[in-house]
Amino acid sequence: MTASTPSSEQPVPGVRGSALHRFANPARFLRLARAVQPWLLAVTLVSLLAGLYFGLVASPIDYQQKDTVRIMYVHVPAAWMAMFGYSTLAIASAVGLIWKHPLADLAGKAAAPIGAGFTIIALATGSLWGKPTWGTWWVWDARLTSVVVLLFLYLGYIALWNAFEQPQRGAKAAAVLALVGIVNLPIIKFSVDWWNTLHQPASISRIGTPAIDPAMLTPLLLMAVAYLGLFLLLLLLRMRVELAERRVAALQLSRSRAGESR
Amino acid sequence: MAEFFAMGGYAAYIWPAYGIAAGVIIGLFVWSWRGLARAERAEAALGRRERRRVPKVERT
Repeated sequence: MTASTPSSEQPVPGVRGSALHRFANPARFLRLARAVQPWLLAVTLVSLLAGLYFGLVASPIDYQQKDTVRIMYVHVPAAWMAMFGYSTLAIASAVGLIWKHPLADLAGKAAAPIGAGFTIIALATGSLWGKPTWGTWWVWDARLTSVVVLLFLYLGYIALWNAFEQPQRGAKAAAVLALVGIVNLPIIKFSVDWWNTLHQPASISRIGTPAIDPAMLTPLLLMAVAYLGLFLLLLLLRMRVELAERRVAALQLSRSRAGESR
Repeated sequence: MAEFFAMGGYAAYIWPAYGIAAGVIIGLFVWSWRGLARAERAEAALGRRERRRVPKVERT
């Protein structure tokens, strides 16, 4: 990926030195991220290529859905990542609020646009799957509506981060929204069981054997691994962006302070 | 090959679905790479000025 300058190894002033924040040390995090990245990239690329091959070529058509079942391999893992992303956001927000962990706030900020992206993929591919199978692009059923709410929670979180002049206040407000929005996750998960909706219930998470043929399960799980890898690669990358932007802001601040004292 | 791209008559739904997924993910990567490059350029420029200035400040 992008090569970084040696100066990116320097920790942000004020963060270094605290025993409580040992793991919040950005230099330590950046070293770890750089070590993990090539392995993550390799696993992601292999599972993505294999998933695309099995999904588009080496898997059978569904006896009812024909070829449209292939949309499942880009749709279902996107929906999983949309929810995984929100869980990441909520956990990071809780850690940021409770322990004032400076990397946690940034992890939440980094995860939000990625989660929103996967939510958009889930909604768009679901619509493209709905037209040939249900006969409609869109229906306001419980599952679809709760996923739209998820997208707005992501967008609201991003907007709150940017709504305050002091970043700490924005982080706090956004974290509170993220925690309140957790109630939406079980609603998404169980919406297909609680309400009689057009959206089908889960085929994978049932106790016992999955209600799906192994020939279709293979590409689905490969794509799920690939999407998870892409999410984590993007998360590491966006955290590097956020850390670099924070270093720039700290440098600008110290420059203007030094200018005043002179 | 043409049969593969026809997707049993559902090409108009399947290929856009794969295209949107690829487009959003690639878009997130490109946006982030650009942001990182921009921030690191700004940091390098500020850092240079910082290093020139620091000894002066310590003397005053």
